[in-house]
Amino acid sequence: MIVRLKRTSSRLALGVFAAACAVVAIACGGELFEVPIETPIKAKLDVSAFQRVLVAGFVAGGNDELDTNQETVRLLRSQLRSKSSLRVIDADPMTLIDVAKDQNKAAAESEASAARVSDREVADKTAGQPTALPEKIKDQKDLEPYDRLFANTAYWKRIGEEYQNPLIVTGSVLFAPRTSAGFVTRETEVYDGLGRRSVIPTRTYMERKGFVLRPKFVFIDGRTGATISSLSRSEEVLYNAQQTTPALSSYFELMDRIVPDFLGTLSSQKIKGTRILLK
Amino acid sequence: MKYGVGLLLVAGAVFSASPVFADARQEAKSQVDFGVNVALRGLWREAIYRWEKAVEIDPTYAAAFNDLAVAYEHEGQLDKARKAYEKALEIEPNNAQIRQNYELFKEINDRASQKDK
Repeated sequence: MIVRLKRTSSRLALGVFAAACAVVAIACGGELFEVPIETPIKAKLDVSAFQRVLVAGFVAGGNDELDTNQETVRLLRSQLRSKSSLRVIDADPMTLIDVAKDQNKAAAESEASAARVSDREVADKTAGQPTALPEKIKDQKDLEPYDRLFANTAYWKRIGEEYQNPLIVTGSVLFAPRTSAGFVTRETEVYDGLGRRSVIPTRTYMERKGFVLRPKFVFIDGRTGATISSLSRSEEVLYNAQQTTPALSSYFELMDRIVPDFLGTLSSQKIKGTRILLK
Repeated sequence: MKYGVGLLLVAGAVFSASPVFADARQEAKSQVDFGVNVALRGLWREAIYRWEKAVEIDPTYAAAFNDLAVAYEHEGQLDKARKAYEKALEIEPNNAQIRQNYELFKEINDRASQKDK
């Protein structure tokens, strides 16, 4: 009898303690409220002086399956149309590789003729040397000689005049295949003796292939031809070597990651999210 | 040393149980509650005013700093938001909700402060 009474009173005490804990938890723990928020992010570049934007074209290469210049121009124009206040100029994408080659040829000729007048021997050594452009763009190094084109203020000023002084977007884009082999961590399903499923990380050797996308956007003031700013990004995607993924879909997958940064340079954005308010 | 820590804990417990602390927390809590109510109706400026008052009344109120940080974030005042989140985490380093908010904030803040190359 005494034992049962002791047990009952200890259970009661435990119950009271649990109830007290719950009350304290409610009183101290506070409430949570999930709220949607929109964080405004200012544009990195002040483009208030421009009403129009010309996505001129890009020095592009690295892949034969895709016209990277055309795809990039088309994608950026459509994004700017829907997500910025600038009016987008419709014009055929410029083939800047040809422009750069023409400029180089002209520069080499004028250099050579100037040198011919002063010293024929020197001309033989210098003509064409500093302006050599690669025949085919295969990697990042092949793009570097084209940087001179973006610094040619006279050329861009002329383009600006042609389109009534817009903001000019140009640059280079490398979209190249990439392969990689090595150990990767993957999640594997395992079942124990009782048939219970669990997922464990395992390291396996894998051969993967995919693409790398390295755009460099150059923003030029169409009134002066001078570069205002530039933005470089690099993204890559790798798939299982057995998987066949079309180059175009990989290109869009990678551009999806880069476009927000591009837009953030030209126009202010609102980033949606949710946060928790506490009481 | 052991006694010193014990003494500090006791002093903390006594202070937090003291009527002055309780009054301050109560007053700050009513500001926080009001702030949450108006924020849920989209009146973020008013919410900021209330939460700023709350942290002024009780500078040890982590929830108030958290809410203030969220509101600053919503208003695009990212520097102020970062400071408020950091203060909230300084007070309650193990609060999962505050940490989650802060991690999400950091993603946006990093993107906004990314320098042009």
